[in-house]
Amino acid sequence: MRNPERRRTSGSFNTPSPAERTVRYLLLALVLLITVGPFLWQLSTSLKGPGEDVWSRTPGFWPQELTFANYGKVADTIPVWTYAANSLVVAGIAVVGNAVGATLAGFALARLRFRGARLVLGLFLATLVLPGEVTIVSQYVTVRSLGLTDTLAGVALPGAVAMLNVLLMRTAFQAVPPDLDAAALVDGANVWQRLVHVGLPNVRGMLSVVVIFTFIGAWDDFLWPLIVLNDPSKYTLTVGLQYLNGTFSANPRLIAAGTMIAFLPIVVVFATLQRFFFKGVEEGAVKG
Amino acid sequence: MTHRRWFTPWLLAAPAVVWLAVFNLWPALNTVVLSFTNAKPLGGGRFTGLANYERAFSDEQLADALVNSIVYLLICLPLLTLCPLLLALLVEKRLPGITFFRTAFYTPVIASAVVVALIWGWVLDDRGLVNGLLGQLGLADQPVSFLTDRWLLLFSAIGLTVWKGLGYYMVIYLSALGNVGRELHEAAAVDGASAVRRFWHVTLPGVRPTMMLVSVLISVSALRVFSELYVLSNGTGGPGGRDMSVVMLIQMYSRGFTGHIGYASALSLLLFLITIGPMLLLARLNRKAA
Repeated sequence: MRNPERRRTSGSFNTPSPAERTVRYLLLALVLLITVGPFLWQLSTSLKGPGEDVWSRTPGFWPQELTFANYGKVADTIPVWTYAANSLVVAGIAVVGNAVGATLAGFALARLRFRGARLVLGLFLATLVLPGEVTIVSQYVTVRSLGLTDTLAGVALPGAVAMLNVLLMRTAFQAVPPDLDAAALVDGANVWQRLVHVGLPNVRGMLSVVVIFTFIGAWDDFLWPLIVLNDPSKYTLTVGLQYLNGTFSANPRLIAAGTMIAFLPIVVVFATLQRFFFKGVEEGAVKG
Repeated sequence: MTHRRWFTPWLLAAPAVVWLAVFNLWPALNTVVLSFTNAKPLGGGRFTGLANYERAFSDEQLADALVNSIVYLLICLPLLTLCPLLLALLVEKRLPGITFFRTAFYTPVIASAVVVALIWGWVLDDRGLVNGLLGQLGLADQPVSFLTDRWLLLFSAIGLTVWKGLGYYMVIYLSALGNVGRELHEAAAVDGASAVRRFWHVTLPGVRPTMMLVSVLISVSALRVFSELYVLSNGTGGPGGRDMSVVMLIQMYSRGFTGHIGYASALSLLLFLITIGPMLLLARLNRKAA
């Protein structure tokens, strides 16, 4: 993607000398090895056959007996595909809940004047100083009194509308030029039409960020499902993987296959949607 | 902006307001209430006054957990404040392929802490890659017990947290670096200032506010650590349960027949008090700066 930023900064100051370029690429490669290497190592282990030495001394990086059998075997040991489906259900509820709940409330707080708006906004802001772990015990008591312990609904419900996302959507709606909204008002648009036709098309970037991070957050979460779920048949992937590790720690190939099942979907989601994310970062950067 | 019916905004805000009340405000209040009871994970419980707080004062495992938290914070803070800044400077320059590197460096952030801890748990195992390499290089006669020694386990978890956090804070710095005046940099370069001098006199002052914010984020998340220690120790909290964090204790007491919701709530309030510290400090520093 050609970026105007690139042209602007390609003056003499910003064109690195060949020596600097080499040093930079060497450093980049080193950091790449440190950050991504362990994942590749794990991927390679998950593809190694039973006859290959995966322990210490001289384990080679490339699988000698390339096989996908470990992925089948991990499913014989724990119901890993059920766990993946459970994680997907939890993440799905979180994404829909946050996309809808945060958009509606964000729009109301940014664009509509109403009694009590300031108080509500203040309370949303106040929750930000409260780390989730602080209320997790009483959250469990609430879910228990709703009769939802040991259910996926119990896992998904508390995070279905996150306060931070409401505030992010409010900020996004505030940035929509008021003229657009005013024109719609003159045309006699009602609140719903203003939200759908004026608001939404202008907050797509922030909405995608909310969706990406809600999905990743729900899919990756460990502590909360660990507290809510007891029945091993209802586990989400992260809890199931820890269970696999605790019970059958003998075969690292199976654990490697399990971790890849939990990791690769996240990579796909992020890789598909990352341009929205880094665009946001760049927009912050271009301002200077 | 006008709308015909007074309740329209409330209708739109309703789901979020319900969640605010049921899953945020109520649990916060209820944590305080529960901390004065002997409630159990399976239900029941009655008022027991300050019993839970008295118990906390003489809880040796909690004392260990607090020591662990302080060690965690003291090591994470300098490493995660500085390394991601250097990393951001490295990926700031628009070289060909830089987007790939930025995205790749972010990978550990999007992976679940469980996945990451399982990977590292295997790499750091007695028979794992690191010990294999150390043995081959002749640096260790016997495997280093990264996962079974009280302090090494803690340091391994800290290493994991630092490794996983690099990309996260890198992106925050990257966003801030764009706001450090490019003209200022160029002027300094024209005046013949070396890269190191430019870093000290232009970059550092420019990202100072971000640095303060980042250090608060690091401190709060170091005090909240859970998954790394839990998975690396396989849920045991290390030898003698001495490698627990406060959140691990909260989790432990929130479950099963031996659980104690009342005591877990008292620990939660304690966690709140220690995490609010860094945030108040930032607010004070910001007020001074302004």
